[in-house]
Amino acid sequence: MVDASTSAHGDLTLKNLTKRFGDFVAVDDLDLVIPQGSFFALLGPSGCGKTTTLRMVAGLEEPTSGSIFIGNTDITYEKPYKRPVNTVFQNYALFPHLSIYENVAFGLRRRGVKDVDVQVQKALELVELTHLAGRKPNQLSGGQQQRIALARAIVNRPALLLLDEPLGALDLKLRRSMQIELKWIQTEVGITFVHVTHDQEEAMTMADTIAVMNEGKIEQMGSPADLYDNPRTSFVANFLGQSNLIKGSIVDSSGENKVVDIFGTKISLPASRNHAHDSSVLLGIRPEKIRIQPAGTSMTGNVLNGGVISDASYIGVSTQYQVEMPWGQELMVFEQNDDGTPPLAKGDAVAMSWEPIFTFGLPGDQDANAGSEANPDSE
Amino acid sequence: MSTALLHTGTHEKKAVLSKKKLLPYWLLAPGIIWLVIFFLVPIYQLISTSTQTQGSGIGTYVQTYRFANFIDAITSSKAQLIRSFEYAFLATLFALIISYPLAYAVAFKSGRWKNTLLVLIVAPFFCSFLLRTVAWEQILGEQGLVIKVLRFLHILGAQGHLTATPFAVVAGLTYNFLPFMTLPLYASLERIDIRMMEASGDLYANALTTFRKVTVPLSMPGVVAGTLLTFIPAAGDYINAELLGNPGTKMIGNVIEARYLEIVDYPGAAALSLILMVTILVLVMAYVKRAGTEELV
Amino acid sequence: MNQLSRWFSRNLIRIYAFFGFAYLFLPIIYTFVFSFNASTKSNLVWVGFTWKNWTNPCGAPDVCNALGNSLKIGVLATFFATVLGTLMAFAMGRYAFRGRSIVNILIFLPMATPEIVMGASLLTMFISFGFNPGFWTIVIAHVMFCISFVVVTVKARIASLDPRLEQAAMDLYADERETFRRVTLPLVAPGIAAAALLAFSLSFDDFIITNFNSGDVNTFPKFVYISAQRGLPPQANVIGSSMFLIALIIVLLGQFVGRRRSGVR
Repeated sequence: MVDASTSAHGDLTLKNLTKRFGDFVAVDDLDLVIPQGSFFALLGPSGCGKTTTLRMVAGLEEPTSGSIFIGNTDITYEKPYKRPVNTVFQNYALFPHLSIYENVAFGLRRRGVKDVDVQVQKALELVELTHLAGRKPNQLSGGQQQRIALARAIVNRPALLLLDEPLGALDLKLRRSMQIELKWIQTEVGITFVHVTHDQEEAMTMADTIAVMNEGKIEQMGSPADLYDNPRTSFVANFLGQSNLIKGSIVDSSGENKVVDIFGTKISLPASRNHAHDSSVLLGIRPEKIRIQPAGTSMTGNVLNGGVISDASYIGVSTQYQVEMPWGQELMVFEQNDDGTPPLAKGDAVAMSWEPIFTFGLPGDQDANAGSEANPDSE
Repeated sequence: MSTALLHTGTHEKKAVLSKKKLLPYWLLAPGIIWLVIFFLVPIYQLISTSTQTQGSGIGTYVQTYRFANFIDAITSSKAQLIRSFEYAFLATLFALIISYPLAYAVAFKSGRWKNTLLVLIVAPFFCSFLLRTVAWEQILGEQGLVIKVLRFLHILGAQGHLTATPFAVVAGLTYNFLPFMTLPLYASLERIDIRMMEASGDLYANALTTFRKVTVPLSMPGVVAGTLLTFIPAAGDYINAELLGNPGTKMIGNVIEARYLEIVDYPGAAALSLILMVTILVLVMAYVKRAGTEELV
Repeated sequence: MNQLSRWFSRNLIRIYAFFGFAYLFLPIIYTFVFSFNASTKSNLVWVGFTWKNWTNPCGAPDVCNALGNSLKIGVLATFFATVLGTLMAFAMGRYAFRGRSIVNILIFLPMATPEIVMGASLLTMFISFGFNPGFWTIVIAHVMFCISFVVVTVKARIASLDPRLEQAAMDLYADERETFRRVTLPLVAPGIAAAALLAFSLSFDDFIITNFNSGDVNTFPKFVYISAQRGLPPQANVIGSSMFLIALIIVLLGQFVGRRRSGVR
């Protein structure tokens, strides 16, 4: 019997965590510290190892090597029922033969808790489903089942709550409202949430800290703003939102700002946002940061001329342009329709510019397309 | 196959792992022992008896490896052997023809009554099959209405009869095994996603073509299971032949029974049994290979 | 006229199904009707209506003895076959082990072997070891051929079980034993119940294997077979019909309860 409220507490630490399935390395030497009480997201495409990592923390999968600590307690090889950890499963996994009440009470009863009724009522109130206590899971809608799965986990006050893509099966509107609700519940209850998802918008909305995973490794970890504004790998740059990545070489690294030459044009790159190892660099700029005007307009900041619009899509909120550059690459530009000027048309010659502080630089040897196929929003 | 059981603390790892690895064998042991003792051993004995011959005293037998027993068996009972497979084949065919629309109706056209109808398909089982076969004997017999009607309509001659004919035997076999055919068919049909049939219609197929090219192929596992579950017991049956047939319709089952219980010729009976069993197995293996079902159980 | 023909073609298969069910139940209805026949010797010709057979179902000699044997054998065989078969089903459905294909074949063989072969060979073995056929040889034989059916039925139910439910139970502090007791077993139980019912039906209705291995002991199917030649007493019809009705009611009740419990509206 485990009493989660008096057992291990503290940060979740993963050290050198590895999981191999035969020859396939699902999780590759992972090092991670998740602070107690935070809302943490493990973000990545399917197959990147995020779910496997979660299952190892839950105890449903045995690590090949490495260790898992909660605070100072080593739980690496503990059985799942001995860990102060609860999981919200992707398909909810509610017990079909038990009522909602008994589902929520399940963990409490196993632990021998005394005031089961009070706790269950409180949990059901938290998810606003007290009126469904007597029903069976198959009588509930998807969204209701999801909330019950959450209540069933939270009622045990675990040190850690794991969520395995819990919103995947819900429609868009419901998903959005559940994201807000989950965030609210987490701040209310103060438990560490570890949320696994492939939806970058979801991760950025809900999490305090995000770790982007790819092929078993962590590409980058930080706050949503950190990851979005200052990506360190092309995978992160392409997986979160969209990026233009242009091959260039650093020609002047003397000052606070580096000067990068891209196919003849000189671009200013702040040194603090440069992650290249040498002079070979992938210059990055997000599409929404680029200003676009008909060719010939004088512009300030980093200026790029010579582009010709190859596609213009009006999306209501914004217009998305594909601009073909003289060296053959197509850049993306998102322009908000906020000044009443008519959109530019296919075939127009354009000039582009952006504020230098938005530029970022990635190592030149990285794959410029990494992460973009995995991102369903990019073509 | 995912194992729902998981790992343990490091220091206990080795010990519990070996205990867990043995668990399936412990679970299997009682059942396997039972089957070995009461199924395999008798079959083994059957095989060894089939090559024995009469010993010095009556009722004793000596192992002489007389393979001519099999030749004798086939020559003496060739007609019954062939007849058994003919009847079994016919019964299976008729059962399939009768059951398929029935299973289809229950799977797709029964709405809220589906579960009740399923129970009704199995329900005849609850009344002893001997009673049902005897009932058929009486329904189709001299005192029954069926004969009277058929004679009246001149479909049967004035002396014509239905019982004690091959027709009655096959009809009895077909009837007895209908649930065995219907249930697997139903299970297979029920699994077909109705949207596939809708998609077929969307792609310009009429109802008949949809049936031929979508429904039937998808229901094949059920057809295979049902035909096996019908053919195998039908080939070895002798009750229907006994109650509904005449000496000319005797099946191999009747011959084997007589050899065991009346004539008491154990090697001969064993040889016949073995021939029946092997023939069925060979037919089943060939059929299953062609129909392509991997896991039989 | 057009509407009628359209209704006809749409419901053709339902009409066919109706006749199909009628055909299935014809002998049963016949048996039921003739259970009220006032005949004494043979039950071939309708003599007159009477309740006597139903008020005195054991009136014909040996009928109730045979029925009692069949019921006792049925219960015993069902119990052992269900236990042994369920254990095997769990082993096969939950664990990876070497020799799986051999076990599969061993389970399949009794279902593919003609009853006459199994019955006769079993009798030979009993005799060669000095056991005379009787009550217990029947039970042993029945358990033998029922195991395979139990394994197949329970295994199918286990296969349909979502393994994540057991993982969720463990995640919620239930150890292996509690998980089995509170999640696995309740969810597999309907399959076990179905298997037990199947085993009982197979045992109660068995004739061929029983005939070879029963010696003097009478079972209900054996009684019917032997009496059929002399003249089947209407009491046999009474028993057959009541078994049918009782079983039907039990199954329909079980369905009703199952539906209530799973909360289907």
